[in-house]
Amino acid sequence: MSELAIRVENISKQYRIGLAQERPDTLRDLLMMGFRRFKHKLSRKGSGRYDDPGHIWALKDVSFEVERGQVLGIVGRNGAGKSTLLKILSRVTDPTEGYGEIHGRVGSLLEVGTGFHPELSGRENIYLNGAILGMRREEINRKFDEIVEFSEVGKFIDTPVKRFSSGMYLRLAFAVAAHLEPEILVVDEVLAVGDAEFQRKCLGKMNDVAQEGRTVLFVSHNMSAILRLTQETIVLDQGKIVLRAPTPEAVDHYLNMGLTKQGERFWTEEELGGKSDAFKPEALRVLNTDGKVVDTVNAAEGFSIEFEYQLTEAISGLRVGLYMMTTRGEYVFTTFDTDDPELYQEYSVRPAGHYISKCHIPPNLMNEGRFILGLNASVYRIRRYFQEDKALTFTVDVTGAPGTHWPEQRLGPVRPQFDWDIEHK
Amino acid sequence: MENSQQQGKQSPIIYLRPSKGWLSIDFKELWRYRELIFFLTWRDIKVRYKQAVLGISWAVLQPLLTTLIFTVIFGILLKTPSQDLPYPLFSMSALLPWQLFSTALQRSSVSLVGNANLLTKIYFPRLAIPLSSVFAALVDFAVSFVVLLLVMAYYQYWPGWNILWLFPIVLLALLTALAVGLWLSALNVQYRDIQHMVPFLIQVWMYASPIVYPIETIPEGVWRSLYGLNPMVGVIQGFRWALLGGTPPDITMLISIIVVVVLLISGLYYFRRMEKTFADVV
Repeated sequence: MSELAIRVENISKQYRIGLAQERPDTLRDLLMMGFRRFKHKLSRKGSGRYDDPGHIWALKDVSFEVERGQVLGIVGRNGAGKSTLLKILSRVTDPTEGYGEIHGRVGSLLEVGTGFHPELSGRENIYLNGAILGMRREEINRKFDEIVEFSEVGKFIDTPVKRFSSGMYLRLAFAVAAHLEPEILVVDEVLAVGDAEFQRKCLGKMNDVAQEGRTVLFVSHNMSAILRLTQETIVLDQGKIVLRAPTPEAVDHYLNMGLTKQGERFWTEEELGGKSDAFKPEALRVLNTDGKVVDTVNAAEGFSIEFEYQLTEAISGLRVGLYMMTTRGEYVFTTFDTDDPELYQEYSVRPAGHYISKCHIPPNLMNEGRFILGLNASVYRIRRYFQEDKALTFTVDVTGAPGTHWPEQRLGPVRPQFDWDIEHK
Repeated sequence: MENSQQQGKQSPIIYLRPSKGWLSIDFKELWRYRELIFFLTWRDIKVRYKQAVLGISWAVLQPLLTTLIFTVIFGILLKTPSQDLPYPLFSMSALLPWQLFSTALQRSSVSLVGNANLLTKIYFPRLAIPLSSVFAALVDFAVSFVVLLLVMAYYQYWPGWNILWLFPIVLLALLTALAVGLWLSALNVQYRDIQHMVPFLIQVWMYASPIVYPIETIPEGVWRSLYGLNPMVGVIQGFRWALLGGTPPDITMLISIIVVVVLLISGLYYFRRMEKTFADVV
């Protein structure tokens, strides 16, 4: 049975961006713009509208087919066009060009809890949210008890959801969405939220949906979840499909994509404010084990961080420090290039010149997520030459890290490999 | 899941295409989403009176207090003529359809922006949003209508069979609010100037309707016809007549209906034309 569920041909979507004065958000702007356009039309015939610098293509000529019952993964970096694609497939927005057809009811979990109203009770929100997601009242009545049970909010069901803890709120929201029975389910990063236990439950539910033979489009940054749930995956980059392949291959490709655009940071003279300091930062890089500059590193393989700088004069007692922070602002660790007593002795005075301090992060230390690097160059208790708290961000992927056979998110910023003993008595 | 497969067989193919030009209005689809419209209306009503000590009694107090103010200022102090009706009854019978209209208009014109999170995440006929705001105003109206009947009883006025005319008249008021609301809500998605303009518009509109003064104040002839371009003139005059008698609606009613039909059809088409961009712009 190879019935088609989704077919899209050359779908493109253009957005207007930036260029504040080009966007008529108020009537005055509109009038001004109308006038300018009029002048423009007089001076130049035809419209070059599509290649305007104020427009970008969020998607460009995307074509693919999905068969009924298939679970297809979609991966790509932020801004690669994943969300735009899902929005088009769920008809929230129209493509600028192209054609597509969808066979069956589409249910989207673009964001759980859409349409929840804080003032209404859990019960009322189940009905409201169900209706918004496209369920009939009779259908909600039928599934009501199941939804409440799945959400575990039980006796709070008649309390306004604004009094719910965020966990309860989320569980209820997902419970409603999970009981939708569309032929095609579109899921975007629902698993990025909630505690580990809840995430396990969500993944389980999604697995069930897939087992029932329904079509699922699954977008995630969580490679373990993608690997676990999908057989085939599309890799998007800059609005285009760069690869469609069996999931392991696609994930591999995604992780190895020449991600040099990020993972590197330079300091220019202007940025430093023209201060003629003895210490001049030049570049900060995140490197994988092959020594390539990357935005995403693999925790199981380890990686390194190198900081390049210039000393215009000799400095004694200089130490270069590195801070690792989570995106929530918790410090993971602080380390200095002269922590080692030997290096501390050797570089008690650093003569003027060009330096690279490179920190090797061992395999199986970091957990998955996005991390922020902070930098510091100082002489202990004497002088701080340079400090930048958010110098660079990068992503850690945990494919192959300890315990990834359970596709759940682990708590905590680190994910070390520990030795365990199990005694059977 | 033989169930879902069956549904799959029935479910129609959805086509994705760039939207171009004017789209026809899909009433069938709107009807399929009637439960959503019901729940959105229900949410609007529920939320409006949550955490208000007096709750729904505001729907009673608002017209009563406004009537009181108008009676003191226009009835007692300015001695405005009132078609031989007690002034409180005269003004309250106009305030009810007016408040129905102004509430519906005010709420529908900001409705799309207020529901931006829905627009950007989920597909449904966008018309459901302004429609449900208009319907929500009807509930307040029903409550205050009961109060009006009590006030009428106090003044010993009993409505005759003409009261049946209230149905088409109230419908006309709703359609007027919807017609203007469609235009303004769609415009407000892009130009937030609209939401600052609406209170002012409503105020001007109120004084351009025979609420505090009788329609006879406007000279007959050209002026009266021009005045009739305001659909609320027909609505208010008709409402008063259906309940209390007096001047029956005349040619102005017909003008009102034509104006509303034109506004409504153009509003629907403008709305449909713009709705595909709502999610990108809002």
